[in-house]
Amino acid sequence: METRSELLRYEETARRVRKSVLDMIHKTRSPHIGPSFSVVEILVALYFRHLNTSSGNDRDRFILSKGHACPALYAVLHEKGFISREELDGFAVNGGTLEQHPVRDPGRAIEASTGSLGHGLSIAAGMALAARVDRGEYRVYVLLSDGELNEGSVWEAVMFAGHHRLHNLIALVDYNRMQALGRTRDIIGLEPLGEKWEAFGWHVQEVDGHDFGALFDALDSLSGRKPNVLIMHTVKGKGVSFMENDVLWHYRSPDDNEYERALKELLT
Amino acid sequence: MKRLLEAYRDDRDLFVLTADLGFKLFDGFEAESRERFYNVGVAEANMIGIAAGLSLCGKNVYCYSIIPFLVMRPFEQVRVDIAYHGLNVKLVGVGGGFTYGCEGFTHFALEDLALMCSLPNMTVVVPADRFEAESVAAISLQHDGPMYIRLGGRGGPVIHDKPPDLKIGRPMVLREGRDIALFATGDMVHSGMRVAGMLSEQGIGTTVVNMHTLKPFDAEFVSGVASAHRAVFSMEEHNVRGGLGSAVAEVLAESGFSGVFRRFGIREEVLRGVVGGADFLRERSGLTPQRLYEEISVSMAEA
Repeated sequence: METRSELLRYEETARRVRKSVLDMIHKTRSPHIGPSFSVVEILVALYFRHLNTSSGNDRDRFILSKGHACPALYAVLHEKGFISREELDGFAVNGGTLEQHPVRDPGRAIEASTGSLGHGLSIAAGMALAARVDRGEYRVYVLLSDGELNEGSVWEAVMFAGHHRLHNLIALVDYNRMQALGRTRDIIGLEPLGEKWEAFGWHVQEVDGHDFGALFDALDSLSGRKPNVLIMHTVKGKGVSFMENDVLWHYRSPDDNEYERALKELLT
Repeated sequence: MKRLLEAYRDDRDLFVLTADLGFKLFDGFEAESRERFYNVGVAEANMIGIAAGLSLCGKNVYCYSIIPFLVMRPFEQVRVDIAYHGLNVKLVGVGGGFTYGCEGFTHFALEDLALMCSLPNMTVVVPADRFEAESVAAISLQHDGPMYIRLGGRGGPVIHDKPPDLKIGRPMVLREGRDIALFATGDMVHSGMRVAGMLSEQGIGTTVVNMHTLKPFDAEFVSGVASAHRAVFSMEEHNVRGGLGSAVAEVLAESGFSGVFRRFGIREEVLRGVVGGADFLRERSGLTPQRLYEEISVSMAEA
């Protein structure tokens, strides 16, 4: 259990990550600031506390299946030293380094190219299967969006992992209740979401996706018998009041005035 | 399959996946090790994703199904997870062209070559008979990268009496003649050889080239063979657009070939409301040796 001051350090890292994301997106007029902000805490929790991020074969694997949130991943990988400042500055510019969806690059700790929704969980299941057959020590983590759960292929993988009891597989669902064009409940309702995963043989934990203490507790109580899913209750656009819970910020990039206002909120 | 099973016994990194097809075909694999053989269920997109995940962890993975379900249903998974990543995954599809006959359009493979040849890093191979399939199986085990292997059905005609010395990307000249160059792929190679025999009785010499590899496509070789003949024909059991014929046409157009050229393949008009076995459908499409011979004779007479 972390002390209050330790938790504050993670929160400080999350704040720096959000600022990086804001800078990257504002500078390049890129989309997806809302879905990037909603996954900051889980990425920090994974990379700064939970994952074995060594470069060997026994490293834990992480796949950002909701690839459009990669500004947050790039910012976290920068904080961890996998991506340099120059590389980060090459985000979404002509002749640059990093696209608006991740491209596999083991040197930068990016395990798979993603961006088309509904692929990540199957890839992660294949990795988990390989780990099991090889008696590998590593676990495979995959971060999905809630809108992504509309994809049928996700449920093919949910069934497969449940059937084969891939307990070294951990799905993380960013349940911010908004997808590209509106609220999930208005487009394709997902409830009862926990029961759905449970019915397919998964160990389900529901957790506040912005509370480091809660995330650490959940990541420390994974099942060793079933595949695991953390349904993380999150807020799209988390951290900047006028972006929170507003579907506009799935695609909108802040103008200069909005950038200044957002920056002020993140710094105070 | 025999080759693959032998390799499967010895290679701990070899995995085999099927999407609930291949009745009895995989019993040997299952008996050998249930840890590396999986029937993933009727879930092709997931099968391709799992293959990608396994391969990203160093495995050589074979995926098996009937062609439309193997490459068209999960095409985007194949495109991103396998081809773009350049992974060591072999897609083994059965039922090229009209193989599934009366089972109908859902089971035909008419567009697969166009699709697969357009993907980055993908090698596309079409064995002409079961002996070539055996050669390709052996090559595929050593090949590090994505490969699509298009098979016909069981009991197809054979052109070899043992597995030939086949080289990926290098077309195989099966006979030589001075008048016509005939490029064929898959089952059509056998038909091409019969057509060549019939033409020779009329005093027309035919070179038959077995185009077992469509990607990488040896354009220089095709152009060289074409330029030494006054007529060129292509034969494939695939949509006449986007497969072998299109590839040959591109080469001929760019190399300034001025002789006779015709593509033989499947035209969509033929598919409407026709029910029948594979041979019946080939006949309707003008892809039997007799029909091909007649059409080529007409073209040569007009030339």
